[in-house]
Amino acid sequence: MLGIVVTDNILMMYIFWELVGLSSYLLIGFWYEKDSAADAGKKAFLVNRVGDLGMFIGILILFTHYKTFTFSTIFEQISLGNLPFDSTGALTAAGILIFMGAVGKSAQFPLHVWLPDAMEGPTPVSALIHAATMVAAGVYLIVKIFVMLTADAMLVIAIVGGVTAFVAATIALTQNDIKKVLAYSTVSQLGYMVLAVGVGAYAFAFFHLVTHASFKACLFLGSGSVIHSMGNEQDIRYMGGLRKKMPITYYTFLISTLAISGVPLFSGFLSKDGILAGTFAFGELTGHWLLPFLGFFVAALTAFYMFRLVIITFHGEPRDKEKYDHAHESKWLMTVPLVVLSVLSIFIFYTPNPLAADAGWFLNDWVRTPQTVVPAEASFDFMQSGMNAEEANLAHDSGIVHSTQYTEAMHHAHYPAMILSLVLAGLGILFAFLFYQWKKVNVEKLAESIRPLYKFSLNKWYVDEFYHATFIGGTLEGSKALAWFDYYIIDGIVNASASVTKVISNLSGWFDHYVVDGFVNFTAFFSGFVGLSFRRLQTGKVQTYLVFVVFAVLVLLLIFRPF
Amino acid sequence: MLGFPILSLITFLPIIGMIIILAMPKQKTTEMKYISLIATGLQVVLAVILLGNYDYSAGGIFEEGSFQFIEKFRWIEITGLSWIGTVKIDYFMGIDGLSTPMVLLTALISFIATISSWNIKHSIKGYFALFLLLDTGMMGVFVSLDMFLFYVFWELMLLPMYFLIGIWGGPRKEYAAIKFFIYTLFGSIFILIVMIGLYFSATELLPGGEKVFTFNMLALMDQANYSQDGILSPFNPNNLRLIAYIALFVGFAIKIPMFPFHTWLPDAHVEAPTPISVILAGVLLKMGTYGILRISYPMFPDITRDLMWYIALFGMINIIYGALVALAQKDFKKLIAYSSISHMGYVLLGMASLSSVGITGAVFQMFNHGTITAMLFLIVGVVYDRAHTRGINDFGGLANQMPVYTGFVTVAFFAALGLPSLSGFISEALVFVGAFGESSIRILAIISTLGILLGAAYMLWTFQRIFFGKLNEKWNQLTDLNAREYVMFIPLTIIIIFLGIYPSAMLDIMNTSMNTLIEFMMNGATNFTLSGL
Repeated sequence: MLGIVVTDNILMMYIFWELVGLSSYLLIGFWYEKDSAADAGKKAFLVNRVGDLGMFIGILILFTHYKTFTFSTIFEQISLGNLPFDSTGALTAAGILIFMGAVGKSAQFPLHVWLPDAMEGPTPVSALIHAATMVAAGVYLIVKIFVMLTADAMLVIAIVGGVTAFVAATIALTQNDIKKVLAYSTVSQLGYMVLAVGVGAYAFAFFHLVTHASFKACLFLGSGSVIHSMGNEQDIRYMGGLRKKMPITYYTFLISTLAISGVPLFSGFLSKDGILAGTFAFGELTGHWLLPFLGFFVAALTAFYMFRLVIITFHGEPRDKEKYDHAHESKWLMTVPLVVLSVLSIFIFYTPNPLAADAGWFLNDWVRTPQTVVPAEASFDFMQSGMNAEEANLAHDSGIVHSTQYTEAMHHAHYPAMILSLVLAGLGILFAFLFYQWKKVNVEKLAESIRPLYKFSLNKWYVDEFYHATFIGGTLEGSKALAWFDYYIIDGIVNASASVTKVISNLSGWFDHYVVDGFVNFTAFFSGFVGLSFRRLQTGKVQTYLVFVVFAVLVLLLIFRPF
Repeated sequence: MLGFPILSLITFLPIIGMIIILAMPKQKTTEMKYISLIATGLQVVLAVILLGNYDYSAGGIFEEGSFQFIEKFRWIEITGLSWIGTVKIDYFMGIDGLSTPMVLLTALISFIATISSWNIKHSIKGYFALFLLLDTGMMGVFVSLDMFLFYVFWELMLLPMYFLIGIWGGPRKEYAAIKFFIYTLFGSIFILIVMIGLYFSATELLPGGEKVFTFNMLALMDQANYSQDGILSPFNPNNLRLIAYIALFVGFAIKIPMFPFHTWLPDAHVEAPTPISVILAGVLLKMGTYGILRISYPMFPDITRDLMWYIALFGMINIIYGALVALAQKDFKKLIAYSSISHMGYVLLGMASLSSVGITGAVFQMFNHGTITAMLFLIVGVVYDRAHTRGINDFGGLANQMPVYTGFVTVAFFAALGLPSLSGFISEALVFVGAFGESSIRILAIISTLGILLGAAYMLWTFQRIFFGKLNEKWNQLTDLNAREYVMFIPLTIIIIFLGIYPSAMLDIMNTSMNTLIEFMMNGATNFTLSGL
């Protein structure tokens, strides 16, 4: 992990990248005696490898052209107008391919499937992987290559991020396993970050990464505390009323939930609001209105499913009396980190103004959006600063970088976006209370009435099933077919040619024995026969010889008739 | 240079061991084992001495002066009526950056295979005698610079291999042995024909001003030596160089083995005893690609350039096809055999790039595949010795039963699937960088990257089926590694990790020669084209 962050060499980054993959494989599969854990580890590694392949090809494109793996040199070359293979298409391709690495690592759709399964690992591993390290690596990668992304590449990234946020949020709505809900919420939040990079809200992507890290770690540890006290029960349908039994866990969990739902005064509000404003500005500047729409809709969904989780777990009456009686607050070793992390979700750590993140030190002093190096014709107009190189340099030194046009649009979008997101989050929370706290709506009936949709969400959009039926099944069937082909056809030809040779040699053997040798034997036999026949003549009796002579003379006389 | 003929010594040392073993009474089996161990151990020592005196700046490839440790004297001489009837064949040895890694590999793998042969049960005398003969044959192939000598060693190694599989092998040993022998001999015939064709197409100018036909590889690389009307001469407008190239390539491809000539390999591996599988995968397969680089490439640079796309295509097929078939295997050893085919595909792909990076990657991959696959076959051997089965699905949960073993397997498996920081990754990455940089085969390189994914799939799946899950009660008697097995695994593990972190140790040996080769190929190819091809 540290390696990924400190290197300026994309090949080194790839190496560390893969090593993180190895660690996650070993950690997720830590309880390797359990088949599901071993499966999950394998799945995480392989799905990540799919993304890594793309990243590797992207690296090859860059290396083949620039003969270097150093980021800064590559960016410098691009800014001088030296594009890979002299085409913006190749630059777009390189950007998207390297982004594929992030799709795998940061669990973006369609490679998000490994992350929820990775819950098979021990809970500290889940918290570590989900909140801090692995998933952050993907976002870090996109942020790192941000300056070389073309307009098309950014659009692709934004769409992937938006779709991921949406898909994961819809799945999280119906899950009953407490860790699964949190896992899909992680995927969804990661979608937000990727979306933010795609729409150019670079700083807010990073900001959301940081805020999300603290409140999601808190949520995971909180869920661990709950699971522990419930005797390893993960299904929220058996929980309820835990608020009284475990107050510290409850309040820290609630604070983090408020943060992730985007309620003001908490960190999640600041970062998410910035991202939403970014999508708004993006929609305004480019006309891609689907992205802000997705962003806002997911904000409402997030508030809804997170409060659903809180209400079912901690409010109401206990559903499983036996387990409830057994439940107790966790020891200080578990509660102290919860408190620390939940406190970190309060706005004051990031900015003095609870409504505007850019007033704080984080965005002002630490993260600066870099100037894109992509040539003007291949990037969005708003990405260009409108300054010439010298001005840009000056501006960079004084800390005012990035496109003014975009910043203006974001400022413009800030308040409408904030109000809209507040309304939507409020609606989400309201509906959650209506559904689960006050039981104004019969949830089962509702689920029954939209059964296909409910099933679709409960079964995670059938993505796993789809992969099993197509890629995995196809590969396995294909490999069996090829093994058959190898054994029966290729090796068959080899063995057949051996058999043919054997038949030919048998034929030659037969020919040799019966024809060639037969002729030899026949010659011998014939000579013998002739010899035998003529032997009869050799009787040794002078009288007989005399008769032959007389007979011969008579025959000769008859033939030549000398007379 | 050293004061003694190190190459002859490293080549024929095993033969001395063999003679001693043959002279010993049959019952002294332990002594025989130790004699083999000493012979192969001394080979390793000689290889280290070789490396210590190695000149990293000498190119070799086509220029006699820049070969190292040269030994050259007249071996066969028949004086005829004129120069046409005169036969002069040299005993000519020398190494450069192409052969040195292979010499090191042969010494190392032979030594480890000897340790692994410790529990061979019957006919110990015959086994070790043949084993040492095989060792000499392999080493000889890599140090010969005369094609006739090369061919002698090439064939010399066939015979012991045939008996080693045929006598000490598994249930279908006769079938596997004869298949291996006939198949390889079939390839050798092509090599022999081309060799004779080349002999009659080129002459070498001896120091005395005398001109004779030649088997000298370096002379055969110089187009100035070719006559106007030789059938394989580039100056002959009706030459048969393309056909000869393909024939030679097939001869070498059988050894690699390249699709579709690969089916002898799984049979040979499955039936061969563990140490012989180790030798087969570790060293023998490299002879094919070595031959192509040593003979086909510099002697036919023009045709190599024309056919590089096809070589890359077969490389790609090997990678993908081998990986897919490996995925379907249920026999552990067969799976490793097919993974071997897949990994040799990377060598072909790198070679086809005709770039320094790609060929360096290919030769490095030859070395890495030698160490990694040797380790994989040892791994199969360890579990087969204990459980007497190789069915992947028969196992499960061995991680708790044999933790140390599992640790070594983890290193080998992850090296085989190309995990960065282990040696396999570096060579595969170099191959891809080289192949990707050559625009005509770029698309093939991109498709080949799928092999990385498939490689991870079959390796991890196998790993899970054997080591994860619940332990089958049947296997609770299995013991972890013993001291002898530690001795086999530790050096290979160290090399795999060391070369993954510091690949320059090996790359520096090859670098100058690889550049020389590419430079020669490119100039050679231009010159050859000028001659009206």
